[in-house]
Amino acid sequence: MTTRQLGAPIRRREDPRLLTGNGRYLDDLGAGALHAAFVRSTSAHARIVDIDITDAWEVEGVEAIYTYEDLEGPMAQPLPVLIPHPALTHARTGYALVNGEVNHVGEPVVMVVARDRYLAEDAAARIRVDYEALPVVVGVEAARSASVLVHDDAPGNVAAHLVQEVGDVEAALAAAPHTLTIPLTIERSACMPMEGKGVLARWDRDEQSMRMWSSTQTSTGVRAAVAARLELPLARIHCIAPDVGGGFGVKIVHPWAEELLVPWAARALGRDVKWTEDRREHFISSAHERAQLQEVTVGFDDDGVVLGLDVKVWHDNGAYTPYGIIVPIITSTQLLGPYKPGAYRCEFWSLYTNTVIVTPYRGAGRPQGVFAMERTMDAIAAHLGKDRADVREANFILPEEMPYDHGLMFQDGRPLKYDSGDFPASLAKLKALVGWDDFTAYRKQAEAAGRKVGLGIGCYVEGTGVGPYEAGHVQVETSGRVNVATGLTTQGQGHETAFAQIVADELGVRIEDVHVTTGDTRRMGYAVGTFASRAAVMSGNAIAFAAKAVREKALRIAADALEANPDDLEIEDGVISVKGAPGTSISLSSVAVLSNPLRYAFDEAAKAATQFAGTFDPDKPPVADGEEPGLEGKGVYSPTQATFANGMHAAIVETDPVTAEITILRYCVIHDCGVMINPLIVEGQVHGGVAQGVGGALYERMAYDESGQLLNASFMDFLMPYASEVPHVETDHLETPSPLNPLGIKGAGEAGCIPVSAVIASAIEDAEGFPILSMPISPSELWELRRQHATKGQS
Amino acid sequence: MLREVGHDGKVLAGGQSLIPVLNMRLAQPAHLVDINGISGLASVEVSDTAVRVGALVRHAALEREASARHTLPLLSQALGNVAHPAIRNRGTTVGSIAHADAAGEMPAVAVLTAAVIEAVSASGTREIAAADFFQGPLETTLAEDELIVAIRFGTFPAGTRTAFLESARRQGDYALAGVAAALTVADGVVGRALASFVSVTDVPDILDLTEAVRGQEPGGIDWSVVDDLVQGHVSPEADIHATADYRRALVGELTRRAFARTAAPEVSA
Repeated sequence: MTTRQLGAPIRRREDPRLLTGNGRYLDDLGAGALHAAFVRSTSAHARIVDIDITDAWEVEGVEAIYTYEDLEGPMAQPLPVLIPHPALTHARTGYALVNGEVNHVGEPVVMVVARDRYLAEDAAARIRVDYEALPVVVGVEAARSASVLVHDDAPGNVAAHLVQEVGDVEAALAAAPHTLTIPLTIERSACMPMEGKGVLARWDRDEQSMRMWSSTQTSTGVRAAVAARLELPLARIHCIAPDVGGGFGVKIVHPWAEELLVPWAARALGRDVKWTEDRREHFISSAHERAQLQEVTVGFDDDGVVLGLDVKVWHDNGAYTPYGIIVPIITSTQLLGPYKPGAYRCEFWSLYTNTVIVTPYRGAGRPQGVFAMERTMDAIAAHLGKDRADVREANFILPEEMPYDHGLMFQDGRPLKYDSGDFPASLAKLKALVGWDDFTAYRKQAEAAGRKVGLGIGCYVEGTGVGPYEAGHVQVETSGRVNVATGLTTQGQGHETAFAQIVADELGVRIEDVHVTTGDTRRMGYAVGTFASRAAVMSGNAIAFAAKAVREKALRIAADALEANPDDLEIEDGVISVKGAPGTSISLSSVAVLSNPLRYAFDEAAKAATQFAGTFDPDKPPVADGEEPGLEGKGVYSPTQATFANGMHAAIVETDPVTAEITILRYCVIHDCGVMINPLIVEGQVHGGVAQGVGGALYERMAYDESGQLLNASFMDFLMPYASEVPHVETDHLETPSPLNPLGIKGAGEAGCIPVSAVIASAIEDAEGFPILSMPISPSELWELRRQHATKGQS
Repeated sequence: MLREVGHDGKVLAGGQSLIPVLNMRLAQPAHLVDINGISGLASVEVSDTAVRVGALVRHAALEREASARHTLPLLSQALGNVAHPAIRNRGTTVGSIAHADAAGEMPAVAVLTAAVIEAVSASGTREIAAADFFQGPLETTLAEDELIVAIRFGTFPAGTRTAFLESARRQGDYALAGVAAALTVADGVVGRALASFVSVTDVPDILDLTEAVRGQEPGGIDWSVVDDLVQGHVSPEADIHATADYRRALVGELTRRAFARTAAPEVSA
């Protein structure tokens, strides 16, 4: 047998192309296109009094200037609420171009189209927008106090209020031997993909059709949205996601205003139009995440077993809610991690602020939920004087309790029901990896040398691979080339490799012959998108089904040709032969020829499929009943629920006794995403996730001033960690296969970043001896905390 | 040419500060005067009294220059902290001093070494002492029509050891605080102790700490004696990365550590 590809740590096939400058990203496309630039609101909350574009027209090369007044029909309507929810009682969205009122700095007010980007920006700089300032809401506290409203018709600044409760929490807390209440804060961060958003549109006047490219996480979603807003038949529009330089969630939101305006302008002008987001635009007019205030009340017994858990979350959703309340729903459900909470109630308020919208960013509400739960676990351990790992273990859901139904509704509208996982085994592995039991000795040694060190831990469970579905298509050409298509998009995850591994195994071909296309509606019109760690689970299984269908068809045709029983045949390296009689064989490429009966031979191989070749039985139709011409097959994967991956992280940090500088000495990860398609890719996902997690824990924040201006809208002041700040990540894996899909896989995309803030807070707390309740934390903040606690100690 | 366009022009050398500013449309000079084609500006000349660095010498080249490192170790000690290797490969040492950012490392080095700035204009050559060069944040006494062709960093007396320490949020970022320290030992005791600072003073200047430690054996000094002097000298400001109090405490500690390093026997000048 050929070496099995599934599970092999093979190098990513796309990397030579992507790493040598041969990728084709949005800005590499559309040479000769007109360029769009935007005048964006400079005020966080204001009414527009006047827009004066006169001077801008004097810039040579300007082709068009658009304001809201130029929009008509569906283009003039508010942007869609993508994910409605009964609790989202006051959903609000912006417009493609601001209609009267701006609600955050960075909203698009005027679109300028010019011969090149420089000219477009020169012209944009000459446009004067007069604002009548309105009072501004920045931050969760201000939103919650509601002394000022973002939207006049959203009382209390509340977009949504949702309570989920299992059991009687009040009774459980009242009866619990111990209770603690813990206030927690998490600040904003953002996806910050290397490539920002971008759109290129080409209107074909002759065909009255649109072809557009977007740096998106869902080309089918963008296509449908543009068709609706531009009132185009779906058949007349295609959307392609070219190479995309990262997404991390922000590009699943659609349609972005620019995704509508660019094709709209291309049609109006009859010219290719392109817009490439710059970094400042990405900071102020894309999306952020994470900011929440939380209050956890927990009741527990003498062993640290949680009896009741009451969580309140005040979630900053920014100025609008196009993506609904997915993030706080995930926080409030995934907070539970690997634990049984006893009675549980989670109540959240999703609140408006005059800041950039909040939509899922890798982890999508989980880092906050895990922060709440893991800080709580550490607080219980501290209260009882128990080992932090032991307290966690006392609350674990056990393998024999799987599937475990929490009795809550998850983000996909389906039950929060864990399918698998072995939490005690994961914890045992983690303790061994980090040397949990040896840490006391290590700390003593460090303290003797005047050093402060701490050990931190964090556990999480992640619902991955949410539906509704993905589809796959596999086609064998007569050359033996295998074309694989799936509609969800790729932002650098290694799909070209992972999906090819699946097809190579399922079909029995060499991986070199497999060619994967993603995110191109011309190849696959039905798809949902890439988010929620779902690509491998959803498209991976769909493609596996498609490959199986092709394999069965190939064996049927080959059985005819070889006069053998299909059950006696095997496919290896693209050759079908009778088991045990390798001489009796036919290549898959020849089967592909036979699968498509021909009248006209265009090359030597095709002759076999023509009418006088004597290949086909004259008594049967050339294409058998129930068959279709061509060696191809489709597959769809549509699961009843998400599959739940999990992981446990531990870190050892050192804090400088004087300068409070924080150094991560070791970072250890135990990761369980079920069966791994490619361990190398999983490892890379974990490393990248941890890197982003470290950013969120120690470096990144959105520094808004009280007027709603973002003070650090560049990579100079928004401190994304460099390679020099990211620790070496030590990993070990556990593979508890998912029973929910044939490949036994679970998602791995978000995993790495989820518990990092919790883990680092845990470790700093361990080093310092006082609670860490707010993340991220900088040396300056830690230093100030030390001063506060020193003063407290004296008074 | 600078006489013609100097009021509305900018000199382009390595472009590591200028180009980002242009990119963000924070400055829109009508002219860029690219000096990269001028010959004779890319050399490092080392003598007993000075290291003369031409206007087109890249940070990386100076950092690697063995004779400069030997004669004035403070240069390479500081240059290793200037941003990232990619920036050091393009950025010039003279350019970063001309830029006069108080968060820059090399202005602090310029004052501590009593550097002399050689400025040329159509009217001739002028020499400016580093102490007289820096006026304020991003402000110098250089005239619009003047070009710095070289800077002579002065060498220290025999028996001087130097150290450069800074703390940045990320490797290579502008420092929250930094210090350049020079300790001169004669006959086994301290003869002079000087420091200059990064990011915590409006303009780089020298703090003379000699009186606090004069005559003491360097190995036995408890450097916390300079703490009050340092903290009194600096005037840090709060920003989104750190409070003023933190920066003050930080620079105090960095100064103690820097001098402790100069006093440590294994560090050779």
